This record gives sequence, C-alpha cells and structure tokens, in this order.
Amino acid sequence: MLYFDHNATTPVAPEVADAMDVALRQVFGNPSSTHRAGQHARQSVENARRSIASFLRVTPAEVVFTSGGTESNNLAIFGLMRNLPGDRKHAVTTVIEHPAALEPFRQLEREGVDVTYLGADAAGLVNVKELERHLRPETVMVSVMHANNETGAIQPIAEIAALVHRLRGAGQSIYFHSDGVQAVGKIEAPAQPGPDLYSASAHKVYAPKGTGILAVRKGVPLHGIQLGGRHERERRAGTENVPGIMGLARALELCATDDPHHVASLRDRFETQVLSALDEVDLNGSPANRLANTSNLLFRGVSGEALLIALDVQGMAVSTGAACSSGAVEPSHVLLAMGRTREEAKSSVRFSFGRYNSEQEVDQVAGAVIASVRRLRATRKAPAREAQLV
Amino acid sequence: MSDLPIAVAMSGGVDSSVVAGLLRREGHPVVGLTMQLWNQRRLPEFAPPGGVTGRCCSLDDVYDARFVAGVLGIPYYLVNFEERFEEQVVKPFVQDYLAGRTPIPCTLCNNFIKFDQFLEMADGVGAGKIATGHYARITVNAETGRYEMRTSVDSNKDQTYFLFGLTQPQLARTLFPLGGMIKTEVRELARDLGLPVAEKNDSQEICFVPNGDYAGFIDAYFREQGVSATGTEGEIVDTSGRVLGHHAGAHHFTVGQRRGLRVAAGEPLYVIATEPATQRVTVGRNADLMRQSLTARDVNWLSVEPIRESRRAEVKIRNKHTAAAATLLPGAGNSRVQIEFHQPQRAVTPGQAAVFYDGDLVLGGGWIE
Repeated sequence: MLYFDHNATTPVAPEVADAMDVALRQVFGNPSSTHRAGQHARQSVENARRSIASFLRVTPAEVVFTSGGTESNNLAIFGLMRNLPGDRKHAVTTVIEHPAALEPFRQLEREGVDVTYLGADAAGLVNVKELERHLRPETVMVSVMHANNETGAIQPIAEIAALVHRLRGAGQSIYFHSDGVQAVGKIEAPAQPGPDLYSASAHKVYAPKGTGILAVRKGVPLHGIQLGGRHERERRAGTENVPGIMGLARALELCATDDPHHVASLRDRFETQVLSALDEVDLNGSPANRLANTSNLLFRGVSGEALLIALDVQGMAVSTGAACSSGAVEPSHVLLAMGRTREEAKSSVRFSFGRYNSEQEVDQVAGAVIASVRRLRATRKAPAREAQLV
Repeated sequence: MSDLPIAVAMSGGVDSSVVAGLLRREGHPVVGLTMQLWNQRRLPEFAPPGGVTGRCCSLDDVYDARFVAGVLGIPYYLVNFEERFEEQVVKPFVQDYLAGRTPIPCTLCNNFIKFDQFLEMADGVGAGKIATGHYARITVNAETGRYEMRTSVDSNKDQTYFLFGLTQPQLARTLFPLGGMIKTEVRELARDLGLPVAEKNDSQEICFVPNGDYAGFIDAYFREQGVSATGTEGEIVDTSGRVLGHHAGAHHFTVGQRRGLRVAAGEPLYVIATEPATQRVTVGRNADLMRQSLTARDVNWLSVEPIRESRRAEVKIRNKHTAAAATLLPGAGNSRVQIEFHQPQRAVTPGQAAVFYDGDLVLGGGWIE
C-alpha cells in the first residue's frame, strides 16, 4: 500500500521500533517505585524528557506526558480554565480547531464560560487583529492551533504569543494554548516566549499511538484533571507510558535530522502533475504559510468520498474531511469556515506526504488521481431523475 | 464473470452480510459499502429511550458491517448519502403524509438512492455490478433479452413490491443472490460462513422511524425545522358529513385505520379518507372501505413492454396484501393504468403502490391516486 495520509497518522520509524523493543523487554519497572527496577525506568523517562524538552524548546520540568493529543488539549483547556478564579471567564479560540479542542470549549460553555470562536480567511488563516479585537479584561485563555490538520495552514502563533505576553505583563491573567499536534516534527517548535501551553502527539511523528505531550510553561496555573497519584508534578495522574515515552524521544531525534526539503519537493511534484493535467482543480488554502507535506485539493464535479475509495481500491491511502461518529465523511468544518460550499467541501481530498514517500510513489498517486478523476467525471450522470414518483 | 469487483450494499444485517460472504466464497472480488442515510441521533426527543441500536445507520449496525467485512477480508467503506436521502426520501415522505397520502419511503430509497446514487458510487470505484440482500430474482428473457424481475422463493420475505421502480439498465448491473433462498437457509449460510450477525433480528419498520410512529416523526421533524405544526387540527366526520369529533392532524391517520379515532359509535369505525386541504378525516363502516377499481400513475413497466390493450394480472396494493386478480387497462399516456379488480379490495390507500404480477413475474407498478 502507498500511504499519503501522514496528517492522520504515521508509520512507526524502524529506529523508534528498535528503541521501544529495548524499552518493552528491558525497562519494565514502575518509574514511581523505590527499587532499582523503578529507578531504571525513572532514569529512562527522565532522559527522554530532557531530549523532548530540548526539541520543543522548553525545560524538562515543563514537559507533561499524556496519552495523546486529545488528552493534552483537554488537560490544557480544562486544567487551566477550571483552575482560574473569576465568575465571568472568557476564552477565545477558532472554528478551525480540531474537535479535541473545540469540544472541551463547548463543554466549558455549558459550564458558564463565555467562548468566542474566530473564523478563518479563504487561506485558512486566523487574523491576529481580529483576535485582538475580541480580547476583553476577563479573557483568561486564548487557544489557536499551530498548524491545521486539513489544510496545513500555519497560524501566526508567534504574534498571538507576543500579544498575550504583553497583556500578562500589564497585569491580566491570560494564557495562550496552542495545539501543536500537526506542527511538531514538521516545522520548528515555537521560539520562546511562545505559547504557555503546547500540545503534541507521538503518532504524528513516526512513533506509536498512545503517547502525547503537554508542554506547560513555568508559572502557568494548571491543575490535573484526573485524580490519582502525584505523577508529572501533580499535573497528570497515572503511571507513565515508559516505552511510549522512550519511543517518542527517539522519534523526535529523528525529526530533528529530517531534510525539510524532502516532503516539500514531493508535494510540489504532486501538485504540478495534477494541476497541469486536470482542469477544475483548486487548492484549498494558501500556497504559502502551509505545512510542506500537505496538499488539500478541490476536484470540482467529483465526490471526494468516491475518489478516496477509488484510490484505496488501487492501494493508495488518502483522506477526505473529518469523520462523524460512525465513520462517515462529513463536509469539513475547516473548509466550510474558509468559505467553501458544502458541495466544494465534499469534493475535496487531502494528500499528506511523509518521510518514507518517494518520487516514484508520488508519480503513481498523481497518475491514479488524474485517471480516477477523469473516470469519475465521465461516469457522473446528470442529476437523478426528477422526483416524479412522489 | 468479469474480474471487476462487485459492490455489496452492507447494512450490518444478516442478509447483506451473507451476500458479501457468498460472493466472496464464489471467488469474486468484493467491495463492501454501507450507506449512511440518516443520523439516528438527529431528533433526540423522538429517539427511543436507551438510545438507538440495531437499526439502520445506527453505530451498532455500522460496527457490525465493518466487522463482517473484516471477517471476510474485503475492503469496506462507509459512504455518506445523508443529504441526498433527506431530499429524495424523507422530505417526500413528510410531504406525502401531509397531502393525505400514505407513502412508501423504501421504494423511493430504492429508486433514488440504492439503485441510483449507490450505483454511481460503484461506477466511480470501478465496480462492475452491485449486489444487495433484497429478496427478489432477476432473470433474462431468452427471446427478447429483456431483464425480468421475479418474486423471491421465500414468499414471506419477498420484496418485489418495493422494487417495481427499477429500470433495465439498473437490473442489468444488479445481483440479488438471496432471491432463490428462504430465510432459514440464509441464516444457516451465515452460520456456515462464520458471520457474527447470523442470529441478528430482522429489521421491520422504516429505517428512519424505528418505532413505527410516523406521525410522531413528522411532528418531531417539523419542530427541528422550526416549522409550527399548528393549523393541522380538523374534524372527524361520518360519510354523511356529520361531525363526530376532532383530531390533532390528519397526518396521524391512514386509510383503513381503526385505532386512535376516539369517537364513540355503535359499530367499529375506520378511516375512509383524509382530506389535507380541509384537514377533514372521514370515517365509516368496514364496508365503506371496499373498492372495485383504482388508477395508478407514474407506472413503470419492469419486465414487459407497456401494455396497449387490457390484460389480466394480479395486483398488490400494499406490501402485505395478497395479490388480487384484476384487469389492467391502459390509461391516458403510458404512465397511467386503470385497474379493475375482479373482487372489491379493502382500503385502497393513496400514496401506496399498486404492483402488477403475472404469477412470479413482476410486470411493473405505479402509485395509487
């Protein structure tokens, strides 16, 4: 199978599997145990923490291990908002966030928090000036993702961080969270002073599912949201996923040595071939300010769902928008927010390239896309018979 | 048969699972597809207590279909047809009820979704044919080359009443592998194939109204759309026009209905007719329900050419009706047929289908005016 869905998840790097093989076979102790088996596990976790902290440009004490990106976002949002004082709390986020951030904010609304959801422009970007206009004295949290999973649009988080830091310097109790799940490993970690809270996930960076990170800058008043032991400086109860953490550390070391031009050249090669061969294909989002691996294309007159299935039958994995609870594809809320119609959103397909893709694979998928789109357009009938039977 | 894959419409139930398993066992490349048609969580006040399970498009059914596909080792996809389903099936269903007709959404779904959009999806993914778990048979007339539809071997499960709207191009690309079997054989096969759904209950009701309360569904749908359901109250009258009582909406009544009238009379009363314009519901005795004839409109001739002169046939006027002997007379244009029953039939209901048979051959059908 040829795999072009790296924004959904990535294959585990062989080096990561090797590191975890050692962890699984030799590091079984509980890091919280007093004996030497526990000490060995603790040392492994702390070595990993140092390495990861360095990659994320934070200190080791600021790294909290979680079960994944969803938990990291939940911990950031609930762990901060519920711990802050005040009756009239206000938060600002965006409509293009992942459900792992949107749903916690919707829950906070039900608990009485006032939440503002910013839109995005046609390029999929959030406007900092607009964000600034929505800040109020009682605004305590801003949450804007670093890079969007569907379009790859890279948000202006350095400017947002600077804005929030300035307000905090002026005495406002306000904190900035950024969901970095799609950005980590693909673009540089935020320079400091960056977000106060930053989420990451292992399985987007060639490590397995089940491990995540929340980087919590010193002084951020975050409390754990699940009850239990005093792990992770009382910010996340539960025995550490030792092999997952060791694998994640190895995975980020590998990301640090990735050639950033590799996926960019693959993506450009793909887009050049598809756009030159087919009419009525538009890029969703802006060609600039996006992740180098992501290509979200609108194939007018084609069902994205049918194109996905046609490619999968030929052994090529790609993605359409988000899936609903049953797994059926719904029009992407991100593309709708950018002004696409439901029809356009349903005709869009995301290709996300990765470390192990080759030029030959890209040529294959481009050829299959061109042939499949032509066939789908040819077999597409006029709209169904009128509802004459009614 | 060609090596193009066969697209199997999988609902998660025993019938369509067996279809996929059978075709697989015969060595065909098979792609499983489940159509997401209706979000069962959409009308929360209408959903049965304890949540929706074991019904079309419920999470459990999708889970089952996916699991069966995994057991069979076939590629499987869930495709979202919700918007088309609402436009082509749910809205006409609601409009029909409000217009005093008693609609059959399953037929609309077959005409516009399962043998139209699904077939288009199958085209798109390169499948040569589609297969479903319907109980019906497709044969080819050796002389004319025309595709014919015949009733299933299991007369209790026969679904041809809902399939009269299909066309020759659709029949040419469709397989009904269960048409020659009886249900107990199908379940036996499911066990034989090791399918985890072998003991699952059959679905009975219209998929998007799992509890059978159509009027309740319509009321809930209107509330969701922000449309007021007021102004639907009306009178209940007898055949002479005398007012016997009042009701909360004519869409709560269908021809032949006895329950829920809440009017006192010396003998059992039945709904004879509903008039949407006046919201008037007419009730009468059982004998008032008998009809000798009806007109069918938008007739589709399935297995034979349109008739030019009268011919005998057996006609079914609802799914559970025993086909009754009748004479078909060509009406104005090809699309109308006048039906004269040889014996009067009870509760001829506008909006239902009249489907014409000659023995096991499905001649065609139309909608009762």
